[in-house]
Amino acid sequence: MTLLNLANPTRFLTLAQRLLPWLAALTAILLVTGLTLAAMAPDDYQQGATVKIMFVHVPSAWLSMFVWGVMSLSAFGTLVWRHPLADVAAKAAAPFGAAFTFLALVTGSLWGRPMWGTYWEWDARLTSMLILFLMYLGLIALWRAVEDPSRAARACAIFTLVGAINLPIIKFSVDWWNTLHQPASVIRSGGPTLDKSFLIPLLVMAIGFSLMFVTLHLAAMRNEILRRRIRSLQLLQASQQQPGVA
Amino acid sequence: MTALIALIRRELRIALRVGGGALIGVLFFLAVVVLMPFAIGPDLQLLQRLGPAVLWLGALLASLLTLDRLFMADHDDGSLDLIAMSRTPLELACAAKALAHWLAAGVPLVLATPVLGLLLNLDAAASAAIAATLLVGTPALTFTGMIGAALAVTLHRGGLLMAVLVLPLSIPILIFGVAAASAAITGPVAFGTPFQILCGLSLASLVIGPFAAAASLRQGLD
Repeated sequence: MTLLNLANPTRFLTLAQRLLPWLAALTAILLVTGLTLAAMAPDDYQQGATVKIMFVHVPSAWLSMFVWGVMSLSAFGTLVWRHPLADVAAKAAAPFGAAFTFLALVTGSLWGRPMWGTYWEWDARLTSMLILFLMYLGLIALWRAVEDPSRAARACAIFTLVGAINLPIIKFSVDWWNTLHQPASVIRSGGPTLDKSFLIPLLVMAIGFSLMFVTLHLAAMRNEILRRRIRSLQLLQASQQQPGVA
Repeated sequence: MTALIALIRRELRIALRVGGGALIGVLFFLAVVVLMPFAIGPDLQLLQRLGPAVLWLGALLASLLTLDRLFMADHDDGSLDLIAMSRTPLELACAAKALAHWLAAGVPLVLATPVLGLLLNLDAAASAAIAATLLVGTPALTFTGMIGAALAVTLHRGGLLMAVLVLPLSIPILIFGVAAASAAITGPVAFGTPFQILCGLSLASLVIGPFAAAASLRQGLD
């Protein structure tokens, strides 16, 4: 029943306060280890040193999709159980999702320049990442369009769930569209099966990135709760200063 | 059932009378298609090649722009609250409203397609194929867009926000619609495959759209 206990924001705040330093330290250790391992990893015989972009690119791409999953779970929490922290979690996660997607797109295009000779290719994966980025931005715009947080939360929850249903369909249709337009192009399909010397740093980086997300997400949730408290205190103060209006 | 039929008839009557503005969508469709040759040049061969894409984009934008009307007027005069409080399930009422909206705003787009096809140098078979894809594709656009319209009306924010939310969701419909239409003209694949997937998308949106729209109306109206 820990999830129910956490419905009390004060309890959540003390727990977050206690967990955050540990999580931050663990994240730092993992990221430093991962980056060191990545720097020591051998160059690829075909791609040279540019293969090291992978150690940032792949974890961001994984997380960009993972974050939408987290938001969908939170959306369920908002709509079904009306858990008071669920909409805080969903709101705090959206900018991180957008940031990871953006990072994956940028590192991908930087990687694409030396490998394919172009920054952008209408490849299926790139295109579906771009659409995911658009949807994150739309969701953030929806959050920002409405003043009342609980109203915004329910609208965003519905859009998040619709997006969760639609994202696989979009992915499938973009794959289909791309194979129709340019079969067997620059990208080697199948890809090389990863060697151990690449796999271990990649896994360390992936865990490090996930922990970084958890840490930042907790911190952002804490900030959001405090921001809402400040807002309601300000509203209270404003209504007390004008007797008769309240 | 009689309640739903009454709702559909009411929506149709409102859409088609003076001030209803259902036919403005067709006018917009025509304007977009007429605009295209000015942007890409009067080369008939090129226009023929781009024809399916131009017609589909025009229909997509036209149906997006008319979606505002789906809930806005009913919300302003309070009849949306009455519909929400009536004994008919809100999901079915939403589906009926979307169906009526499609009949008033979507079907004219399909009927206008052969005429606009002439402007783009498309032969009869190609125009018929595009009209067929639009016939099964525009319900998907309406029913997906209805989610955005419902969100927009409960938040009192229309226009651009709705477009930003709905456009990414309509990408699959656009892909398979254009793919089926160009397959009928020149494409390397058969017409049947993308056409059937397009039908599947339409059917899926018939299910998802009313539920999501009803959910967001219910959350937003109280």
